[in-house]
Amino acid sequence: MTEQTTRIVLPSHIEAVADAAAAVTGFVENCGVGEAAAFGIDMAVREAVTNAIVHGNQEDEAKAVEVTFNCQEHVLEIEVRDQGEGFDPAEVPDPTDPANILKTSGRGMFLMRSFMDDVRWLTRPDGGTTVRMVKKF
Amino acid sequence: MAELNIRERQAGDVTVLDMGGRITIGEGSVALRSAIRRLLEEGKKNILLNLAGVGYIDSSGIGELVSSYTAIKNQDGQLKLLSLTEKLRDLLTITKLLTVFDAYDTEADALSNFK
Repeated sequence: MTEQTTRIVLPSHIEAVADAAAAVTGFVENCGVGEAAAFGIDMAVREAVTNAIVHGNQEDEAKAVEVTFNCQEHVLEIEVRDQGEGFDPAEVPDPTDPANILKTSGRGMFLMRSFMDDVRWLTRPDGGTTVRMVKKF
Repeated sequence: MAELNIRERQAGDVTVLDMGGRITIGEGSVALRSAIRRLLEEGKKNILLNLAGVGYIDSSGIGELVSSYTAIKNQDGQLKLLSLTEKLRDLLTITKLLTVFDAYDTEADALSNFK
């Protein structure tokens, strides 16, 4: 299969999450990803882009979110880059811990990890966070 | 078209919300929050959410379900869930929220379990 790459740049408002989801839907179809995996990828991208807009860029319209999809044979890699201050993923509490179970937020990263095979958060030297997610299919 | 459509009906002391669409960050989550808030203001504290028509929910939507559960419980009411799709059931399972919510496959079963 020929390697495919798509890059989109989104504004930092919540409506852009749907644009990211539409882009990922088309991309995974072209890559031949099955329905079950596609659902999880869609979920992970929505959560990553939501986090980038809300927590990373703080919905600052002057900042953008960049999403890159790359597909090689049976491996899909997605990067979501924000221009925020960065954070330590280890400090985000486990939402399935009984002490956190009734919290109304904080499940996005957990869902990304649940649906993708590998998820890493990288703080870039030039500022901002890159989330790199890999799904094998 | 609205992201989340909510139709309200009454079954004895229980208010049933038949929901269709998506509960995601923004419009869908806000629609659910508004509906629950309004019912509580009207004194309707026994609420059954029929989720058969909800094909998608994200972490914000899950958070809104938790928020609804807590708000209703704080007013001595009860929230129960009806007809979870397979995907929604999976989501509530991995987030361990099925240990919190009462979920039923049939409306008769759900209604009979309100106290």
